[in-house]
Amino acid sequence: MSLFQYEFMLRALVGALVIGLAAPALGIYLVQRRMSLIGDGVGHVALTGVGVGLLLNASPVLTAVIVAAVGAVVIELVRERGRTSGDLALALLFYGGIAGGVMLVGLSDNRSNANLMSYLFGALTTTAPRDLVVIVVIAAVVLVTMIGLRPVLFAISHDEEYARVSGVPVRALNLLLAATTAVTVTIAMRTVGLLLISALMVIPVATAQQFTRGFRSTMAAAMTLGLLAAAVGVWLAGTADTAPGATIVVVSIAGFLLIAAGGAGWRAARRRVVPVTTGISPVEAPESVLEPAAPLVGPGR
Amino acid sequence: MSEHPRVGGEQRGQSRTVINVDRAIVAYDERPILRGVSLKVTAGEVVAVLGANGSGKSTLIRAVLGLVPLSRGSVELFGTPLRRFRQWARLGYVPQRLGAGGGVPATVAEVVGSGRLARRGFLRPPGAADRTAVASALRAVGLADRAGDPVATLSGGQQQRTLIARALAGQPELLILDEPTAGVDAASQEAFAGALRHFVADGGTVLLVAHELGPLAPLISRAVVVAQGEIVHNGAVPEPAGHHAGAGHDHVHPHGPEELPGLCIE
Repeated sequence: MSLFQYEFMLRALVGALVIGLAAPALGIYLVQRRMSLIGDGVGHVALTGVGVGLLLNASPVLTAVIVAAVGAVVIELVRERGRTSGDLALALLFYGGIAGGVMLVGLSDNRSNANLMSYLFGALTTTAPRDLVVIVVIAAVVLVTMIGLRPVLFAISHDEEYARVSGVPVRALNLLLAATTAVTVTIAMRTVGLLLISALMVIPVATAQQFTRGFRSTMAAAMTLGLLAAAVGVWLAGTADTAPGATIVVVSIAGFLLIAAGGAGWRAARRRVVPVTTGISPVEAPESVLEPAAPLVGPGR
Repeated sequence: MSEHPRVGGEQRGQSRTVINVDRAIVAYDERPILRGVSLKVTAGEVVAVLGANGSGKSTLIRAVLGLVPLSRGSVELFGTPLRRFRQWARLGYVPQRLGAGGGVPATVAEVVGSGRLARRGFLRPPGAADRTAVASALRAVGLADRAGDPVATLSGGQQQRTLIARALAGQPELLILDEPTAGVDAASQEAFAGALRHFVADGGTVLLVAHELGPLAPLISRAVVVAQGEIVHNGAVPEPAGHHAGAGHDHVHPHGPEELPGLCIE
């Protein structure tokens, strides 16, 4: 672990760990509402924000947060409508976002490809101490919100109509989730990059739900897996001199495959020991249908 | 019917109308689903909304819950217009089925725990009272031993019982159920009917949509039949076709509203 005697590697590690912890805490709600790829879309939109920031000589992180939040809210409003054309609207937004970003970055004074790449795929080892403070503080806010509001966020992600009938402000919370997605994407921009952050939101959850039984345990396991992937990924990247963001994601996917293979092996082994009769579901009662033409009055009650 | 213990004195003097739907019209894309439906449910009643698929019966209760907007007419819950209604803890909703979610597992107790949100307020973390209510709701539907199991591993009937437990956990005065027994195994139907019987015995009010009543039939105090978006029968409980043949009752065949007593059409 002598790798971490360098301060920049230590900063890289801390930055990656907090993202590894916060991204799955948000991602579990996105996965539950079948919006696994939303983080990716918001990441595309955030690139336009980066371009605006570089062009105006403002902080790219700040402009990226603003533009990504606007994009996320628009995506949420499109989702709420539930129209078929929503699919195309999202495509327009995503590709418009990334194309606009590449164009604007090209117009700015910092138009090197390396600069663009650092936003798209992360530049963990160049994280400045000030950046790190921002990342840690925002990640902490994301974590506290996602964990503190778990019962209600679980309710709206699990059964939105039921939540509505429980008097939960569903729309406000949906917009909160959208805004949190935008913020998380933006702070992760320096770590794993805009194109890979979605992986850290989704893959640890996908891995965890293979072996967990409840929502709370899935959340805890996903956060642990995210943390582990970040730690192993940064160490591996430092050792093998690979891009940290990509390495973290590859480690995550390796973990998913490992658990999937292990689970399949375990089930196969168990089946050999205890022959399980499959395919028998509880007998359903035959439906007796009330016909409109049937007599309408029976024994009066 | 006994006085509802939770209704309290404030309701006693006033009208005890729990649900009041007045000439409600609902249309999707210009196609009318409900054509001026009026329905009153008073405290302690168990009202079944019956009808064929596509008759508008589910839309009727979704309109009562405010899940579909009305084109015309009005809905009042506990005497308050739906738009200003905030006392959501007083009603429990049981949807047709549990959404599959995105594959993230959830335990039975976690799903039932959502039923406490309206009573607790959504910002407060769950406490001892919430855990007690969840446990007793699970006992009421006979799923106490499955509390820690993922809902996805339950049979359709057990999932349906989970949903009624979720509604019961909020200790509501009014239960609104959308086809609670459709495609549910006999054992679950019995457990379901038992839980509902207890709720009604405690003075609760029930509005349920059904395709068939099954073991719920003895509980129903009034039936409303919806056809093509209108109420065509409002009164005694009709016999389900499946049980009709062996029953050997003296049947009356009301085919139009004019033959029926106590109608509230128009």
